Parts: sequence; C-alpha cells; structure tokens
Amino acid sequence: MKTILTVDDSPSIRQMVRLVLTQAGFKVEEAGDGSQGLAKARTQAFDLVVTDLNMPVKDGLSLIRELRGLPAYRGVPIIFLTTESDGAIKQQAKAAGATGWMTKPFQKDQLLAIASKFLGA
Amino acid sequence: MHELDPVATFRQEAADLLEELEQTLLDLNANPAARDLIDAAFRAMHTIKGSGAMFGFTDVATFTHDFETAFDLLRKSGAQPSPRLIEVALAGTDHIRALIEDSAGTDPVFGDAILSDLRELLGQAAPDLHDAASATREPVSARPAVRYGLTLRFAPDVTVNGTNPLLLLDELRGLGDCVVEPLLDRLPPLGELDVAECHVGWRVDLTTDKPRSAIEDVFMFVLDDMELDIAEQSDASPLAPNIAPAPARAATPAERADAAEPVVAAVPEVASRADDRGSTVRVQAERLDRLMDRVGELVIAQARLSQLAHNRREPALQAVAEEIERLSAGLRDTAMGLRMMPIGTLFARFRRLVHDLSGELGKPLEFVTSGEETELDKTMIERLADPLVHVIRNAVDHGLETPDVRLAAGKGETGLIRLSARHIGAEVHVSVRDDGRGLDLARIRAKAEEQGLLTPGAPASESELVQLLFAPGFSTAREVSALSGRGVGMDVVKQTIEAMRGHIDVTSAPGQGSTFTMRLPLTLAIIEGLLVRVANGRYVIPLSAVEECIELDRRDDQRSAGRSFLNVRGALVPFLRLREAFGETDAPGEHQKVVVVAAGQSRVGLVVDQILGHHQTVIKSLSRLHADVGAFSGATIMGDGLPALILDVGQLVGGRARPVHGDREAA
Repeated sequence: MKTILTVDDSPSIRQMVRLVLTQAGFKVEEAGDGSQGLAKARTQAFDLVVTDLNMPVKDGLSLIRELRGLPAYRGVPIIFLTTESDGAIKQQAKAAGATGWMTKPFQKDQLLAIASKFLGA
Repeated sequence: MHELDPVATFRQEAADLLEELEQTLLDLNANPAARDLIDAAFRAMHTIKGSGAMFGFTDVATFTHDFETAFDLLRKSGAQPSPRLIEVALAGTDHIRALIEDSAGTDPVFGDAILSDLRELLGQAAPDLHDAASATREPVSARPAVRYGLTLRFAPDVTVNGTNPLLLLDELRGLGDCVVEPLLDRLPPLGELDVAECHVGWRVDLTTDKPRSAIEDVFMFVLDDMELDIAEQSDASPLAPNIAPAPARAATPAERADAAEPVVAAVPEVASRADDRGSTVRVQAERLDRLMDRVGELVIAQARLSQLAHNRREPALQAVAEEIERLSAGLRDTAMGLRMMPIGTLFARFRRLVHDLSGELGKPLEFVTSGEETELDKTMIERLADPLVHVIRNAVDHGLETPDVRLAAGKGETGLIRLSARHIGAEVHVSVRDDGRGLDLARIRAKAEEQGLLTPGAPASESELVQLLFAPGFSTAREVSALSGRGVGMDVVKQTIEAMRGHIDVTSAPGQGSTFTMRLPLTLAIIEGLLVRVANGRYVIPLSAVEECIELDRRDDQRSAGRSFLNVRGALVPFLRLREAFGETDAPGEHQKVVVVAAGQSRVGLVVDQILGHHQTVIKSLSRLHADVGAFSGATIMGDGLPALILDVGQLVGGRARPVHGDREAA
C-alpha cells in the first residue's frame, strides 16, 4: 500500500487530506510542522509528501529542501499547498525541490487527481 | 461521524487560532517591534483564510484576506504596527469569530466597517481576493476530437525532483488515443550517463476531444523546465516530424504571478505557543468524563475487593488486592491528570477583557498574572470563567480609582490588577487583587440597610459586612454602569464557586485595595476522605480539611457540656457533636474522638464515635430531593456496597447547617 505523509499545522486540512486519501486506499501519516514531518520522513519511507508552506517551527520550504537532501527522498514526489497567487513562492518551492503544488482551497477530486498523478492510478 | 468531520475540526481550530491571534495582537501592542509576533499574526490569519476557504467559510476567507495582506506588508516592509491597527485587527478577530459561529446571523455591515477602517489605515484601495475563493475550471463540453502532435523533452533532473515522466505519459493516454515514440537522440554516451537523469524525449500522437489546456495541465508542474511543443495536426496527415525544440509555454492561470511582488524570504523559525500543539491529542470532553466515571466505579469496586481480602485473611488474595489497589490508584491519578489543564488558558482570555475595560473606563492599568502553570480540572476552569470575569470587572470598575483620584491619593496613575493562581494543599487558590480604594464598609452598610438586608444600626463585624457583598441583589455601584452592577451579582459568583465545593474570601484595606480569593478543590470527581462513624452511620470528612484527630476524654466531655469548647494545646476550639446534629439520641460510647477541621480562618472540632480510616471517595451528587441538605456535599459508595455521606465542612463550620432531623432534634 502506498503511504502518504501530510504535513500541515492545520488539523482540519490534515484531517481532510487523510480522509480523502484513506478512502482512496492510501495509508496516510500526519505531521503538524516541518520538523515533525522531517522526523517522520527519516524513520519511515513515504511514496508522496503533501506539505503546507506556512508552518511554525520549520516551514515547508526548509522541509522540502532538507527532504531532497536525503538520499531516500531523491525522486519522491513532494507536493506543497499554497494560497499565494504569486508565482515567486512557487519558483522558490520548485527550486527547493518540490514536484508540484495545489492551490488552497482544493476539492476532494483535485487531491485525488494529484495523488494518482504522482503515484499512478 | 461527528468527530471525523473536518468542518467541526476547523471550527475548533479556528477558535484556537483566533485566541492565539488575539494574544499575539495584544503582545504586539506592548511590543510593536517584535518581528516574530508579526510573523505569528500573519501565519494565524493565513491559516484561517486558507482553511476557511477550504471548508466553505468563504466570507471568513474574504474578510481575513485584507488583514493577511496588511500583516504581510508589515512583515515584508519591516514597519511597526500602530496601536490603531491593532485595535482594528482585534475588532477583525471578533468579527471572524462571529462569522465562524454564525455566518448567516452576522451582519456584513460590521465587517465592511472594519475593512474600511483597515483600508483607511493602510491608505490603499481594496485589494481583490477572488483568486483564492474561485479557482475556476474550464467548463467541459462536448467538442470534436482533434489530433495533436506533441514533442516532450524534460529537464535531466526531472525524476530527482519527484516527477515520473512515465506517469505523465499514462495521463496523456487517459486523454484519448495515443501513440508514443521515444526520442533517443540526446542520450549521452554510456560512460557519461547518470542513471538518475532523464535524457529520453517522447513524441506523442494524441487524438482527444479535450481542450489543449487539458494537455498543458498534465505537465503543469514541469512546464517551466521542459520543452513542450503541441501542434494541431491537419486531419489525417501522418505525424509530421516536428522535433524542433519549442520554448516552454506560458504559465497556467493559477500561476499568474505578480512580478512586482518582492520575493518572500523563508519564514524564520518562531517559537510560538502553537509549537507544542503537535504533540497533544484532542479528546472530546465527554469521553474524558466517561473515562472518569469508569475509573470512579473501578475505585469503588477495588475498595470492596480490598475489604473482602482483608476479611478473608488469605495472603494470596490480599497480595492481589494490594496490587490492584496500587494500580487503580495509579490509573485514577493518570485519569485525573488527563482532565487537568493549566489555568493559564483561562487567564489569557482576561487580558483582552482588561485591555477593553481599561480603555472604556479611562483607567490606565497594568494587568499582571502569575501561576499560569497551576493545573486545575478542566470542567472547573470552564466554570470559573464567568465568576472571574465578574470579579475582574468589579475590580476594574469599582476597585480601581480614576487616574485623578489616584494621583490625589498619592498613588501612581496606573492601577494594578493582579490575577494569580497557586496550589495550597489539596486546593487551588485563585485570587484577583487590585490596588484601588478598598471596600467601602460604610457604603456597604448603608446599602444593606437600604435594601433591608441589615437592620439599621445593628452591630455587624467587618467580615459580616463583607459577606453582605454576596447577598442576592446586593450592589454598591452608585450608578449602574454598563460594565457591572447589572443584575448578575456577586451572589451568583459565590453560588458558582460553592457549587464547585469552593469558597470565596475577601480581604480589603482602605486605600490599598482588595483581594478576592477563590479557594477550589483540585478536582470535582474524587476526594481523599477520612471515614468516621457516628452512631450507626458512616460519614466521610474531606481529608483536605482535616487538621488533626484527638481523643475526647470523658472529663472534657462532661466539663464542656453546654459550652462546647475544647482546649487544644492552649487554644480554644469550638466543637460540634455530630450525634446531636444528626439527631442520634442513644448514649455515645466511651471513647469519642474529635476531628479538628479547618475552614477558612476558623478551626472547629467534629465529635464522632469512631475513626474508621482513610478512604478514597468517588463523589456522587445527591439527588435533587436532598439538594438543600446543607450539611452534606455528596455521597459515596463504600467497599461493602453501602453508602456514606460526605460532610460539607464549610457549611458545618459556617454554622449554617440545619439540623438534619429537625423533627427529633436532641434536647
């Protein structure tokens, strides 16, 4: 079973991601900020990481950068969530190693589409 | 299921965020230069907006957007927020709260007024939100199938960053009939090939009824870094060789960038209050209550087991019973610990109250809190909120003088309200102290006489006068202000505190201020008790009140008849014969005992027939029929399954205990 890590400081977003993806047959783990996310990613392999950018303790950009620095996470898709309309943040995130993004608010179907895009149908 | 509903989670989360935001704004007011606070405020607004839009609270998202923009500007420009901006943001916080609680019932006029204040402050026109709330999708309609010739070449590091080109080709196949051919012309010599890099290109012949943008969407995350050429084929002509690299296409609508916007640096790490949130689990209070109930039953069953084991005198059984006793005590402590919360969560709410009161009444004041880490049962913290609001309001409204009066009295212009909590024995003392004028005893007397609570001219001690503050309907406010002196009085405060088995005391010094101290038990559910026997009945005295137990020898007993005072190491202690109070008429045994209990400032002895020992008591409240029996605060079930009543020491000592069996009261 494919395992997905959702990193967000908002429990409601994490819960929504978990509900939608669990129903679709994925296994989902949660982390409340970048440093918790990194700690989880170090102890467990994930097939996809979905992370928020604006978070306390360690923000999404640092998380993406540090994940990409881990040999085990070369090639693992990392999606970030953003509400910013400005493209600069996307460029920064991509430069940090992000694979793609989703704009909040997003619908269930968009999340599923992203999951199947990066994990296969 | 309710608990899995993300909307419910969002409401809870938003409530927490708003509270945090409010604290941050108040902190910013005191320290406008703190960049980490501006970041924290921005982040809270950002999350409220993002999650709000996601769970259908579009009005919240729209409203919050402008505040987020304002704080983002501050964040990026390095400017400091003005006190006025913080006021507006606080009003905004209230409005967001109202929107989340009851969107339909909230008049948009308030929101518009706040936003126009904000815009005025920022000196700019209203920015548009609608990019976040309305991510429009192209309508899908039936259209004729078109044949495209595609050429794809990815950046060599595409797979390192998590994109699998084969999955993208699969996605293209999902759009329609597809023929895929690899382009191997850019493959480096084998010796130079890095296996992690992608040098293969593809040519795809795709026939689809989807619009061209659907094809671009497949590559949306890699468009900027790849070569993608999409050419519409003229009908049935064979796939034209079209290998010339074309520049990447323009960004998707979602990516429209505001080029003038400066690049945002990574958010610095902020040690915020939210940090420890990740390591906690939110549990419905109801479940905790159920757990507490079960633990309570377990403690009762365990007491029965211990008693059985004791009676059987069987070592093996006793060993097990002792083990279970130890375990259930541990379980009880852990379960009780789950319900404990630091009282600081409550204190934080009052900062806003005091801030507003200070402004409204024109009384500059300093609000000092201490003992935030003191833990108290969660239910009690909630029930304590209203009484504390009332006491604090009173302290600011009636206690503190206006600045000119203070100056005339030789005090500093700024008043002081101190809210503190601390553990004392098995109690928590929460006190509100002001450095104002102190209680005006003459005015209390005049008011009480006017209201018929006191016979004019009747002697009354200071503490009796103070107690009048808590009489129903009593208010000393010379004129009813908007803040206090309206209906809900100190009597309600006292009732609420006493309903929690707590007490409220007042001390006051003219010109120096007054202190309201609420003494509360640590928890509502379980107490440690001293089990005693009076005639055939068994009773529990809360151990927290017990000071000592002494023998009442026959001589003392007879000598004290009619006077009911006992000499305890030189101090005279009044005592109460529970036999008489409970209407037991038969003669007491030889060796009566006196349990000396403390309540407030006074000590009183309670004469009992026998002290049976220490007993851990799960409190069951009395039925409504017995609610007005003042001498008892509840009942418990003993190890042998029989009930025992729990004495309400405060009531007994206060002398307000009515004879329980009035009809056959001992002569």
